[in-house]
Amino acid sequence: MSGSWWSDAVLVAGKDLRLELRSRVAINHVLPFVAVVVMLFGIALDADTSTLRRAESGLFWVTIVFASMLVIQRSAAVDRADGLADAIRLSGLRPAGVYAGKVVALTAQLLAVAVVLAITMVVIYGTDPSSPALLAVTTVLAVACIAAAGAIYGPLAAGLAGRETVLSLLLLPVLAPVLLSATRAFEVALGRGVGTGWPWVGMLVMLLVTYSVLGALTAGPLLDET
Amino acid sequence: MNTSSRGTKILGAISGALVAATLLYAFVLSKPDTELGETVRIMYVHVPTVITAYLLVFLAGGASIYYLWKRSEFADLLAASATELGAIFLGLTLLTGSLWGRPTWGVYWVWDARLTTTALLFLMMVGNLAVRSLPAEPRARGTRTAVMGIMALVLLPIVHKSVEWWNSLHQDRTVLGTADAKLDGTQLFALFIAMVAVPMLATWLLMHRFRVAWLAERAADLGLGAAIERRRDEGGEATGPAGVMP
Repeated sequence: MSGSWWSDAVLVAGKDLRLELRSRVAINHVLPFVAVVVMLFGIALDADTSTLRRAESGLFWVTIVFASMLVIQRSAAVDRADGLADAIRLSGLRPAGVYAGKVVALTAQLLAVAVVLAITMVVIYGTDPSSPALLAVTTVLAVACIAAAGAIYGPLAAGLAGRETVLSLLLLPVLAPVLLSATRAFEVALGRGVGTGWPWVGMLVMLLVTYSVLGALTAGPLLDET
Repeated sequence: MNTSSRGTKILGAISGALVAATLLYAFVLSKPDTELGETVRIMYVHVPTVITAYLLVFLAGGASIYYLWKRSEFADLLAASATELGAIFLGLTLLTGSLWGRPTWGVYWVWDARLTTTALLFLMMVGNLAVRSLPAEPRARGTRTAVMGIMALVLLPIVHKSVEWWNSLHQDRTVLGTADAKLDGTQLFALFIAMVAVPMLATWLLMHRFRVAWLAERAADLGLGAAIERRRDEGGEATGPAGVMP
């Protein structure tokens, strides 16, 4: 082993992001999926703009969580193709570095999806962001939390029979506290909640630290055994 | 093959007697509460059930940590057994809570923080059982379920603290939260008997469940050993007497 775990993380993140830039799965598959979901919510809620605006925080984060299932599954599946999992195991990269790299790459991809979704909702739902700082910080932290949890469960589920269906069952309950905190903070930022949204941001920080520490500690066994 | 022993028979008899005493005090001898009325009786089942569920989740998480550290089959099977029972007791918690909620709140379910996070913990345990049931090499299966068990353990304090962190409809801690408990003598006695009976019953169930899992693994090993022997015998027949190729 040479270098630090951070250099390993940069290596892995760079690999994943280059793969995404070449394959454009997020652009070609995930963004259209997000757009379809936004339209479906509008149709299901009778295209009533006031109803959509009241529910926009929840709709935004539910859409992000569903989109993250696709991104995480894709990221884990790529690592199992063509003997890449064995290559990573034998490469000498630190497991914590591999995990951190996956988190960074997933965060970057999901942030891009979130930005596009936010613009879409501003245009279609007439969303009025009144507290952009809270919105921005919440988005970055919540997306990082989803990435941190996804980088644990993605590889865990990728080696299982029925991996296409089991990831959602495993990951969604774990993401529920993230969904709760992000939605409440967004409600405050969009002028629909009471109090300040910053305690919810604190909750997201706690969740991010928890998932990240757990991911770093379990990365070694998961890399070896799955 | 029998999973009982002298210890489990004694434990089973004592826990059976305590459960009977709990039911007697909870539903016959204790008085209705001045504020909660007859619905207080569900508390004698609900509170010990949720505490036992928390203990089982903690045990499963602890055994999972030990498994990842030492790769002990004992720890893996203990985690599996505790996860299974923890899921059952969490399900009972949600059921008894709903039965209490209907006459108290008018609905079986509210999106209260404690209820919601308890339901999520239940789903995480069910997910763990789902992963364990999928075909996989034992060490890989043990690693995956251990990671999931540790995640459930991490979520447990969030569930426990949720009453203080969020506005909640759920009743605050009845006995340990305040200096003067709001329960009278027979009610407190019923609750404390239940607090002993239910965990003891869970321990008895856990011992039997663990032994069943252990015996299942030994049976699988025997089956594997027999299959290997049959393959060796086939190989011996193919090469002919004294290992000479025909």
